[in-house]
Amino acid sequence: MDELFRQMLRIRRVEEALAERYAEQEMRCPMHLCIGQEAAAVGVVSALAEDDRVFSGHRAHGHYLAKGGDLTAMIAELYGRASGCSKGRGGSMHLIDTDAGFMGSTAIVGGTVPVAVGAAWASQLRGEGRVVCLFFGDGCFEQGVMHESMNFAALHRLPILFVCENNHYAVYTPLEERQPGRPIHAIASAHGLHVQELDGNRLHTVRTAADEAVHRTRAGDGPQFLELHTWRWREHCGPDIDDHLGYRAPEAQADWLARCPIEQEAARLRALGLLDDIGRQHIENAIQHEIDCAFDSAQRAPLPRVEDMYRHLHGQ
Amino acid sequence: MASNPLADISPSPAVHEKTGIEAINDALVLCLQRDPTTLLIGEGVPDPKGIFGTTSGLRQRFGPQRVLDMPLAENALTGICIGAAISGLRPIMVHQRIDFALLAMDQLINNAAKWRYMFGGQARVPLVVRCIVGRGWGQGPQHAQSLQSLFAHIPGLKVVMPVFPDDAKGMLCAAVADDDPVIFIEHRWIHPLRGKVPTGYFETPLGKARRCREGSDITIAAFSYMTLEALSAARGLARLGIEAEVIDMRSVSPLDVPAVLRSVAKTGRLLVADTGHQSFGVAAELIARVTRQGFDHLRAAPASVTLPDLPCPTSHAWAGHYYPTAATIAEQALQVCGVRIGEAQRQELDKLQPDTPTDIPNPDFRGPF
Repeated sequence: MDELFRQMLRIRRVEEALAERYAEQEMRCPMHLCIGQEAAAVGVVSALAEDDRVFSGHRAHGHYLAKGGDLTAMIAELYGRASGCSKGRGGSMHLIDTDAGFMGSTAIVGGTVPVAVGAAWASQLRGEGRVVCLFFGDGCFEQGVMHESMNFAALHRLPILFVCENNHYAVYTPLEERQPGRPIHAIASAHGLHVQELDGNRLHTVRTAADEAVHRTRAGDGPQFLELHTWRWREHCGPDIDDHLGYRAPEAQADWLARCPIEQEAARLRALGLLDDIGRQHIENAIQHEIDCAFDSAQRAPLPRVEDMYRHLHGQ
Repeated sequence: MASNPLADISPSPAVHEKTGIEAINDALVLCLQRDPTTLLIGEGVPDPKGIFGTTSGLRQRFGPQRVLDMPLAENALTGICIGAAISGLRPIMVHQRIDFALLAMDQLINNAAKWRYMFGGQARVPLVVRCIVGRGWGQGPQHAQSLQSLFAHIPGLKVVMPVFPDDAKGMLCAAVADDDPVIFIEHRWIHPLRGKVPTGYFETPLGKARRCREGSDITIAAFSYMTLEALSAARGLARLGIEAEVIDMRSVSPLDVPAVLRSVAKTGRLLVADTGHQSFGVAAELIARVTRQGFDHLRAAPASVTLPDLPCPTSHAWAGHYYPTAATIAEQALQVCGVRIGEAQRQELDKLQPDTPTDIPNPDFRGPF
């Protein structure tokens, strides 16, 4: 399990580095950090097979990295480089690494939901045995396409895992101002999906639930739904902490910070004797080195050439 | 053409300098104040950032029943607003990016645009949909589109794009007072623009262009933010001895073709600058109409300056090649005027190149969105 701890820590440190360097004004695109939500990404994705597929939305760095997306290519994309994972055309909100099975994240809430269902449909029709995993937020659950897609997925018993990262806010608007007081997962259940609701900040809880869900859907039990309660630590978009705006209760913020997915997992591993200070420092050092190299490589990569701007509008 | 675009609407004589943001906020306050059936709804309307400040303070002033946030359900909420509109309310919807309005195209096109017509005029849809064009800072393919031609193609929708703060205010008031659906497109680079704005409630008629600069050699008809680039271009052209008449079209649908025809009758030349893509676009439509109706006035083939037919790439390295500038407009204008681009022209065009990075509206802009 300490590999999963390492992955969470890596995502955290990557995003902290992005936040720190964002002020240099070299990453010139909107950026939505998932700091605080790492257990959802790592816990779920680690339950998937390498050949399984992942789709996500605007807050996708963690999902991309957990699925094995290339770190340097992601950072290069944020720097607008030709070597970026979307060749400089997408930025932070449009990540892809098909080799790793990360099939795309986009910037319109709900945009990838039916696309992921379509990928699951293809897997079923072609008998590939692949599971598709779709990450989305509590806000996305308000989109009509979400329900249309769950309906179709349930109707055809598609091999797909719907993962709702419920961080309780859509930008600055709390869930209570957007949805009535009924659980999100209950709606998914009514659509005929097998649902589980859990603390999304506990890595092993997430992993256990995801294992079960992936097993079920791969076995032909149809779409599965996980509602993971979690919390975004920083502002909706951008590198900063925005608690001064007062849209979230300080008590709630403090409570969620105390339930840091990484420190909770670290404490669990320590209690089991699987992690100590020296071990953690080794992990930290290795991650830092990897990040430094990735930034260095991304920043040294050339900007896209003017004459290439029209490439990729159509196939040749 | 009246030199004062506000001449026929008798606003209160007092004027204040305001930004586009303040002017829009002002208009919303006045609309909510004068008509209790007016509602304001959109993702982020009452939040701490208040749609870039345009809706700040409105919930406190008019209450949570009239000024409200909405679920992330653009199509349903558009339909719900249409339902409210045909039932006696005047909803104003807001999309922080026009790209989000695409989720509501079914309701906008199949219902809002047609409700009055398909029921033989027995109903009306007084709905305003404010849509913000998010150019810059790597907004990229899904957050920076200029979709006016898409909406303007649909009979039954009015589509307007104010530039100057007084127009933003007066046209928003007019849009809210209008009994038909109006797509009110705000390019976000007009938000910080400062200008004189009359105080109090006034309406600036929709569908009327505004002449911003007089000239005798070429007509530059511009839409939205391109009006500002056209005015810069005109100053550069003047230094080369070419006097451009600049018309801020203000409205896409209805399109004020007569205003352009009057100008072209004088100048004999036309260049259209639009913030949208080239193909099947607003510039093409205006050129087609002027050519059909004013062919005899034209001394040269009209030209256009638009976005290329390409999604907006994210990398800042491409921003300067993707977005046309005052220099692009001036160069095109010279060509329409048959002026060979020599050393003097090249120098003047170089001066028109922006001196700040082309992916930000002003040097103070720091992101992150």
